[in-house]
Amino acid sequence: MSKSTQNRRSLSARTGGLLFVLPSIITVIIFVYGLIIWSVNVSLTNQNSGSKKAIEYVGLKNYTDLIADERFTHSLSNLVKFTVVFILGALITGFIMALLLEKGIKGEGFFRSFYLYPMAISFIAMGTVFNWLLNSARDEDAGGLNLALQKIGLGFLQNDWYVSEKGAMYAMALPAIWQMSGYVLALFLAGFRGIPDDMREAARVDGATESQIYRYVLFPQLTPTLLTVLIILGHISMKAFDLIIGINGKSYVTQVVAVYMWEATFDSRDYAKGTAIAIVLLIMIAIVVVPYLRYNNKQQAYR
Amino acid sequence: MSHDLVDLITAKHDVRNKKRKLNGKERFWLIFRYVSLAFIWFLVVMPIYVMVINSLKGVKNVYLTNAFKLPEKLDFSAWSVAWSGTDYFPQSISDSMTRTLFFVIQSAIISAIIGSINGYVFAKWKFKGSNLVFTLFLFGMFIPYQAIMIPLVRIATTLEINKSIYVLVLAHVIYGIPICTLIFRNYYEAIPNELIEAGRVDKASMIRIYRSIILPLSVPAFVVVLIWQFTSAWNDFLFAIFLTGGSPKLSVATTALNFITGSSNQVYYGVNMTASLIVSLPTLIVYIFLGRYFLRGLLSGSLKG
Repeated sequence: MSKSTQNRRSLSARTGGLLFVLPSIITVIIFVYGLIIWSVNVSLTNQNSGSKKAIEYVGLKNYTDLIADERFTHSLSNLVKFTVVFILGALITGFIMALLLEKGIKGEGFFRSFYLYPMAISFIAMGTVFNWLLNSARDEDAGGLNLALQKIGLGFLQNDWYVSEKGAMYAMALPAIWQMSGYVLALFLAGFRGIPDDMREAARVDGATESQIYRYVLFPQLTPTLLTVLIILGHISMKAFDLIIGINGKSYVTQVVAVYMWEATFDSRDYAKGTAIAIVLLIMIAIVVVPYLRYNNKQQAYR
Repeated sequence: MSHDLVDLITAKHDVRNKKRKLNGKERFWLIFRYVSLAFIWFLVVMPIYVMVINSLKGVKNVYLTNAFKLPEKLDFSAWSVAWSGTDYFPQSISDSMTRTLFFVIQSAIISAIIGSINGYVFAKWKFKGSNLVFTLFLFGMFIPYQAIMIPLVRIATTLEINKSIYVLVLAHVIYGIPICTLIFRNYYEAIPNELIEAGRVDKASMIRIYRSIILPLSVPAFVVVLIWQFTSAWNDFLFAIFLTGGSPKLSVATTALNFITGSSNQVYYGVNMTASLIVSLPTLIVYIFLGRYFLRGLLSGSLKG
């Protein structure tokens, strides 16, 4: 076969590949990127279906209004509190689970399967239970966690949980930690087991103690995993929506950005404000995720 | 070292120093590990335990103060009330469950087919710029869907597709493209190029290779994508509430449940617990039988695996 025909053929094969994914590419361009641009566009207008006035562009007014909007800043600060406790809690819990399992132990499969099952259940369904377990009733009326605390002699820890004025978001992080720690476990377990056993063995031969092996041999190898865990937990946390709705509905005390966006859109029919909130959320998440995607892209290139 | 993280996780693993018998210190740590594992197990199981035991106490005998107590006698009446409703509890879950099953299965199948074709091209028929396109796909997986929701609702309303449950099939297929493509691409990347190199000349052979070599090898990836899309569409609340939330006739499992437990039925704790349990059962059953494949989808979602 002459070189030119080979080139022509491989070229047709290449465009052939493009042809098959073209429908998906167009769909993604329209429904992801196109609709984001559309949202941005709406957020720059005074569009809300309640008023009959003509639609005008108002520049960044909706965004500057958000800064002054007490409900928005409230939901943003709630989100920050939730995110910090949730990320730390899920990270520590999941990491401990992984540490306990990583060496291999009889019954590992049993524990691992149970630790991961919360990931398969919807936040809405679990919300019913956590709404109950984290109920604020105390002492003789207490049920759920408050009752459990009394029973084990820690009654002084009884709490208002998700209805408390100051601690509501920290309480909200508990079910989120419950649900997501398994994910962290899976990632860290994969991380631990990706480390060749020889490294551990070599350190052992060199006379390192078990804790030194963890500290100096294993933990440094887990840095990429830690990065992944932080990104994943971060973007899940910022999107928190059904978890909050499932437990406490749209209540003001536990309102976060995604819930406020829903309220602005559904209840107030203020689409301009709704899209502005959504775009702020998108930017927050993009700041976390885009560098990760680029990092990941580079890693792929080396493979 | 294997590149398959799920194999790494689930393989029998033992890196203890097992040449010697355990000494006192090692025995202590082993016991410590089991006690800790059991304690965490207890916390993980607690909410589902509460759900199950309170669904077996009947309609009226469920109080917050006896949340952890086992039922005195088994009473399944809450199950029939939650499933088909009664005069004092009119919002049953059965219609929504059937509707959800109907749309979730369809969207999972369509997503898997699209994902398989895309994954094949991105893994084996790379075109100029395909890596960039793929990364742009991936971004679509991480966006908060709120950022596209208002235009999406407007399109659905204008085209009047929000009057049918197919609006959710469409939404999950479209926004499932990135993850499904990713899972299949990673899977096909692992298939050796030599296996398909021979026939790799033109467009016709591209389809033939897919049908005769790739597709028969794809069963595990299909299982991963099918149960991933099944689980995420089943558990989805965001698309459902925005696209069909206004219409009770289109309520799906999560929106119906949210309506039931959020409405004035707060007194019927037992029924609420039962409804939540019923809604959780399909995905739980899938997890129990195909947990390994679920785990694979989960790790793909983190771009690892």
